[in-house]
Amino acid sequence: MERHGLATYLIGFVLAVVLTAIPFWLVATHALPPQRLLLVIGIAAVLQVLVHLRFFLHLNFTTTPKENLLALVFTALLIFIMVGGSFWIMFDLHQRMMS
Amino acid sequence: MSVMHLSEHEREELETREQRALGFWLYLMGDAVIFALLFATYAIMIPGTAGGPTGKQLFNLNNAALETALLLVSSLTFGFASLSVQAGNRKAVLGWLGVTFVLGAGFIFLELREFAGLIAQGAGPDRSGFLSAFFTLVGTHGVHVSMGLLWIVILGAQVAVKGLTAPVASRLFRLGLFWHFLDIAWVGIFSIVYLPGLL
Repeated sequence: MERHGLATYLIGFVLAVVLTAIPFWLVATHALPPQRLLLVIGIAAVLQVLVHLRFFLHLNFTTTPKENLLALVFTALLIFIMVGGSFWIMFDLHQRMMS
Repeated sequence: MSVMHLSEHEREELETREQRALGFWLYLMGDAVIFALLFATYAIMIPGTAGGPTGKQLFNLNNAALETALLLVSSLTFGFASLSVQAGNRKAVLGWLGVTFVLGAGFIFLELREFAGLIAQGAGPDRSGFLSAFFTLVGTHGVHVSMGLLWIVILGAQVAVKGLTAPVASRLFRLGLFWHFLDIAWVGIFSIVYLPGLL
């Protein structure tokens, strides 16, 4: 139950605003070709999720209980298997239906 | 404040609080799996418009940006509420919970207005597989936010009536986890639904 200062929330907020503004601005102005823009949106989203976990949910490797981190890693693994598996099956099916 | 200096009673409260935080964290992880699968379903259903409207024709970037801003600022104001809990400032806790509620309610208002607009132009969840997946994903998030609003009202009442007792502070901590988690889910929604839809 360690204390989290005002600075932590403010840093997290500013980083989140920047990581939100970049993809929205790029989409509004169509400043990049779609493929590259998708990549930027994806990278900004992953970074922003990490920012939220670190600065708003206060996850770190010292004070967060090990069980919580273990649960998070296990969930990430489950999501990888289920979402990755769904895409694998559906894209494979899509290709077979086309040919 | 080291654990050594706590009384027996305080130590017990701290342990209970940490156990409940873990239990609630496990629930959130389950919720994350649900959202991940709804995202996967949505992504697969994007081409399934059945000759109906696509995301590009339906989504409004300004509306999505405004919803994002409301939810992000509400995450910050909930952080201020959490800081006020630590400082033991009851009035500030009530004030920040109130601000968070108003921002969350504004988000729900924008979402309902968007849904009503879509349904009015014949782009409801029954129009195509794409729209079914859209309404399921975004609607599930909206239901979560609505439950969060109800929870804010209940805990606000507890703070007002009981004060910042250890159990109330413990519940506020878990509500904070829930509220910040919903903002993470929303990052996924604007990054997978709205922004790619408007490319």
